[in-house]
Amino acid sequence: MDLRDSPDEAAFRARLREWLAANAPAHWDQPGAERLEGAERLAFLREWSARLYAAGFVGLTWPSEYGGYDAPLSHHLIFLEEMGRSGAPEHVTPIGLGMAGPTILSHGTEAQKARYLRPILTGEEIWCQGFSEPEAGSDLASLRTRAELDGDHYVVTGQKVWSSFTHEADFCILLARSDPAAPRHSGLTYLIVPMRAPGVEVRPLRQITGDAEFNEIFLDGVRVPVENVIGRPGEGWNVAITTLMYERANLAVMLTVRLEIALSRLVDLARTTRRRGRRAADDPLVRDRIAELWTVLQALRFTNYRALSTLMSTGMPGPEGSIVKLVWADANQRLTKLALEIEGPSAMLSGGEHAVQDGLWQRLQLRSRGNSIEGGTSEILRQIVAERILALPRSR
Amino acid sequence: MDLSETAEESMLREQAREFLRARYPIQRVASIADGAGFDRHAWQEVAALGWAGISAPEDAGGAGLGFVEECVLGEELGRALFPGPFLTTVVLTLPALTGAPDLVKEVVAGETVATLAWLGPSGEPGATRFPIGAGLAQDRPGLYGSAWFVPDLALADLAVVAAEGPAGPGLWAVRLDQDTISRQDLPTVDTTRRLGALFLEGALGRALAQGSDAERLLEHLRDRALAFLAAEAVGVASRALEMAVEHARTREQFGRPIGAFQAVSQSLADAYAEIESARSLVRWAAASVAARAPESARAAAAAKALASEAAVRTCERSIQVHGGIGFTWEHPLHRYYKRAQWIQAFLGWPAELRARIAASLLDGPGDENERV
Ligand SMILES: Cc1cc2nc3c(=O)[nH]c(=O)nc-3n(C[C@H](O)[C@H](O)[C@H](O)COP(=O)(O)OP(=O)(O)OC[C@H]3O[C@@H](n4cnc5c(N)ncnc54)[C@H](O)[C@@H]3O)c2cc1C
Repeated sequence: MDLRDSPDEAAFRARLREWLAANAPAHWDQPGAERLEGAERLAFLREWSARLYAAGFVGLTWPSEYGGYDAPLSHHLIFLEEMGRSGAPEHVTPIGLGMAGPTILSHGTEAQKARYLRPILTGEEIWCQGFSEPEAGSDLASLRTRAELDGDHYVVTGQKVWSSFTHEADFCILLARSDPAAPRHSGLTYLIVPMRAPGVEVRPLRQITGDAEFNEIFLDGVRVPVENVIGRPGEGWNVAITTLMYERANLAVMLTVRLEIALSRLVDLARTTRRRGRRAADDPLVRDRIAELWTVLQALRFTNYRALSTLMSTGMPGPEGSIVKLVWADANQRLTKLALEIEGPSAMLSGGEHAVQDGLWQRLQLRSRGNSIEGGTSEILRQIVAERILALPRSR
Repeated sequence: MDLSETAEESMLREQAREFLRARYPIQRVASIADGAGFDRHAWQEVAALGWAGISAPEDAGGAGLGFVEECVLGEELGRALFPGPFLTTVVLTLPALTGAPDLVKEVVAGETVATLAWLGPSGEPGATRFPIGAGLAQDRPGLYGSAWFVPDLALADLAVVAAEGPAGPGLWAVRLDQDTISRQDLPTVDTTRRLGALFLEGALGRALAQGSDAERLLEHLRDRALAFLAAEAVGVASRALEMAVEHARTREQFGRPIGAFQAVSQSLADAYAEIESARSLVRWAAASVAARAPESARAAAAAKALASEAAVRTCERSIQVHGGIGFTWEHPLHRYYKRAQWIQAFLGWPAELRARIAASLLDGPGDENERV
């Protein structure tokens, strides 16, 4: 066991840090800093993503023939850690990088790899995910959106919901039912749907934070060429499992780094807030909860390292990685609520000059309620642990 | 960075699990626990496996491995509720004897069982409290005073005693067969790991470390014990979870195995998540303490806090999942529960350990921008 970076990892980390220090925009999304919105924000993020890629930091583990850098997985982990700690903006298409790209790499045709992978890396094309439907959430395999074969096209009709980044997206990885007669899991086909095609309509949904991060997608007779099928027709379920595996693996590290940043902000808040004549940081109850969150954060960090070590040495992810999203969601929800409690009555203020940090914690706390729903609810994740890892009998 | 288990570690783990399964099945552990306790002479067999000297250098008769391997053993010993003096002889004492090679040899050979006497009657750990006065005022030179919560004291031939001496804090190696020494058993809830009180009235000891050396050594011993106990807790919890899963798969009520009820399965999934979180912290703590890295105190405190809580909670979940049978003396579960509780209470409850972590995170410079 070795907790330190290998010489090669250390060199990569140093180069990345140096580059970020010189190139990352200052005060990105910091409270009080000027916030870019809409098209301006998108243009900025695209340009930033292209620079990140050109500097050699995007697509680290992807093969060089598709624009990647053939680097070991540990470099990707270092990239996520250092990006998070530097406060630099994230790449413009997390779904492209973390879900669509890896799925195309493992199940896509040569033509699909040649067509789609590089523009993901450069940030030229943005992706969204259309899995969930009004009637199919946790029970994804019950989805109803239809894909009917008509010559060399599928005609897609139905409705998707809770789809993030969709209003900006060029493509959607979409799961649809191509054979209604087949058993639930075998009649599904995995498609790349161009979001500008006729018959696609996107309507934003406002969340409890007030932001509109996710959307409904209405599909009405959308013609998708058969060469846009990933994997074989009718085998979409297996391809979707790959996507979800990558989603959770990628999220694990990103979320842990975000928790690290949130915790250091919480520590600052507790040290600088005075309540009843003393620092909030001197309240033994606050101290205990901060130390407990710190302990959980370290557990997440080292669970990620363990999972990565297993993956690098055996080629297979270990089962331990499957707990990260579950543990993280709970920790982030408790952390953001503690911040509100430390704020005291200011917790009621949503922004403005009298609010603490312009209402940052209020937004983060409300947003955290989605953590135990998005990417598989906590109940579903527990059930996966119970049935697949502990081999308990199925509950359904 | 690589946290995976090395081939050497896996071999050691398998060897340990095999030996403990064959020689310390839970029935034997139960009869030791309900009887007179661990037999001092049974330690020789364990030492013969090379475990007493697992991290002692090869020229001292040891195996030349390190603390990471001790923690691998720790998990297996915890799984088996091993009732022998490994924690005391190897984890808590051996590194203090480095300056006394003859004592190291005895311990490594399994001839001597040793323990550490460093807690006061309130059970406070720490390098700054030395409850035993090295008698200056007394008419005879020697060690005077008492030490409490000394694990495996009844089995021990030798104690490393922490005391306030003429030159400040110090550590002495004290043979326990002197007539200036008496011991008292303290009845324990977990009878697989018993405690005693040690009374010294002018006992003679061999000086091992003095002043700041002694303080640093005690801190190191504390961190070793915390990380090792965390590993043990992971072993205890893993076994308690296995028993719960076995039961939940086979016990039927309302026409289905009870594990098909989500109130049962989700509770056990949470236990799994807690155990794996603790296991990750144990790897970190083991590697940090082995390297004597600056973060080892925090890592060891975090590991013991989380792992002991995971172990206690997992045992509680397991008892609940077992129903009435889990509440009986006959079923082994209560023994795991009691060990988990022992681990939780020894060298600092989770909240006490977290207070130490909080101090490192929240105190110190950097509050100049205070907001009112
Ligand atoms: C912020 C956010 C972003 C999202 N982004 C996307 C996206 O980009 N693309 C996309 O496709 N989807 C996205 N989703 C959707 C998300 O995947 C679903 O919301 C989630 O899978 C749950 O489905 P549901 O909302 O239909 O709830 P339901 O499945 O109806 O669940 C309701 C409740 O019942 C519980 N439940 C359901 N089944 C069981 C069971 N078998 N056992 C125990 N409890 C059960 C659930 O845990 C939950 O508490 C996003 C969601 C959020 C909150």
